Amino acid sequence: MEGFGLSQGTAHLLWLPLPMLLVLVAAVIGVLVNVWLERKISAAVQQRIGPEYAGALGVLQPMADGLKLLFKEDVIPRRADGLLFTLGPVLVLVPVILSWLVVPFGQNLLISDVGIGVFLWIALSSIQPIGLLMSGYASNNKYSLLGGLRAAAQSISYEIPLALAVLAVVMMSNSLSTVDIVNQQSGAGILSWNIWRQPVGFLIFWICALAECERLPFDLPEAEEELVAGYQTEYAGMKFALFYLGSYINLVLSALLVAVLYLGGWGFPIPVEWLAGAMGQSVDAPLVQVITGSLGIVMTVLKAYLLVFIAILLRWTLPRVRIDQLLDLGWKFLLPIALVNLLVTAGLKLAFPAFFGG
Amino acid sequence: MTIASVTQLICFVALSLTLVLGSLGVVLLPNIVYSAFLLAGVFLSVAGLYLMLNASFVAAAQVLVYVGAVNVLILFAIMLVNKKEEMAEIPGLLLRRVLSGAVCLGLFLLILRVDLTTPWAVTGPTPLADDSAVVIGIHLFSDYLLPFELASVLLLMAMIGAIVLARRDVFSSDVITGEAVDQGLIEKERTPLLLESNPGETTLLEKV
Repeated sequence: MEGFGLSQGTAHLLWLPLPMLLVLVAAVIGVLVNVWLERKISAAVQQRIGPEYAGALGVLQPMADGLKLLFKEDVIPRRADGLLFTLGPVLVLVPVILSWLVVPFGQNLLISDVGIGVFLWIALSSIQPIGLLMSGYASNNKYSLLGGLRAAAQSISYEIPLALAVLAVVMMSNSLSTVDIVNQQSGAGILSWNIWRQPVGFLIFWICALAECERLPFDLPEAEEELVAGYQTEYAGMKFALFYLGSYINLVLSALLVAVLYLGGWGFPIPVEWLAGAMGQSVDAPLVQVITGSLGIVMTVLKAYLLVFIAILLRWTLPRVRIDQLLDLGWKFLLPIALVNLLVTAGLKLAFPAFFGG
Repeated sequence: MTIASVTQLICFVALSLTLVLGSLGVVLLPNIVYSAFLLAGVFLSVAGLYLMLNASFVAAAQVLVYVGAVNVLILFAIMLVNKKEEMAEIPGLLLRRVLSGAVCLGLFLLILRVDLTTPWAVTGPTPLADDSAVVIGIHLFSDYLLPFELASVLLLMAMIGAIVLARRDVFSSDVITGEAVDQGLIEKERTPLLLESNPGETTLLEKV
């Protein structure tokens, strides 16, 4: 940038927000793809055609949805608490976007390799229930309040098994950093991925991630037959869009983190080093580096969207659980299983340090 | 002044302002729900200050424990019992407020004096950066083992106590007195809590 005649300080100042903007754009594009997939897959599940007029195969339909929400009137109910009503959706969205800091798409392709890594994501995702409670309370509506309380209860109870499942992975890789976790899985391609060493942890994590995202079968906070739309009942326009964005960004983020923690992150099923060796190329050659980097991004996104596909299929095939079944599953089943998983992992790590990380 | 130091100064001023104003709001606001939400803001700005001290693990733990667990539970409790209720006039409220204000002011002056007279180390210890989690873990399992274990026993006791209090219906008799359990304490009040009760009717609290 100094080539454009800017001083070093100004160039630095202009350079700083760039990664943040990039993440925002990536997250929003991820959501648009997600919404389109959701519409198309749900249509396929129900033997409909789905959106088809807006763009080829209806790919522009999410844009149309977004524009519609943008131009809608922003209604604040008369006896609602205006300040908290506005602040609630923001508090739901901001932590989710901040968590994208730690998602790696390649060895150096992440915003910041903070030492606390996945712990940052767990900590940030615990802020979300406050936003949900806030919007539930501020709407001055019984359904909203009940929805907000349910959302908070759900995310508190599923956060503990989730954190325990992550802890087992962290214990195997001796690091909280997402980059180290992926590197630890990159030894022998698909065989060294954590899903083979942590099958129970993978299932626990995926169930808890779905519950944290409030996806069906765990979408009790907004169960439309019982609570109208839960904490979103009174929201319209852009504020509703913030909730919408938040939940979809959270889904993509959770899928990305499952890919990072259990499916080898940016790793190709066959190690790139072997492939390069078989073709007689050096790994450090510039062209090979470029191909490796782009392959990493493609693999991460591919794995994440495979999981998103599973989540969407689950949504359109499974019925909703009841609130007591939900809490029973969380506290009486997942939590003990997660604790046992942690204990077994610790034992295996001591017994076979070569396979479970020394 | 470099960009880094300016950013640091701005962050410090903003965090301190939210911290001080937020905690004043927690104490002084009449609406308890606002106080609870402001408490979350205070906890978050404390986490931000930890982050500025290069203690990122402590900051994340602060967010996870205080904002994610403690504050959400406080909000839960407030919203589950958020009943409109006419408060009785407390006699001598002004005198009480003045007295407690004076006590708080005295404490504040005391802390201020400590702050001004202590010779603070200006540079401080070198930050551990990313290794802090490891160091904290080693300390917890070596020289701080006893407090750590005591805290976990205390938490276990609190948990068992909470379960005993919450699930009285499973015990046929009261654990303490040995008498049959008063079913009225367990079963919920017939009238929904959110409805305003008639002035002549006794409230739930008085019955208990």
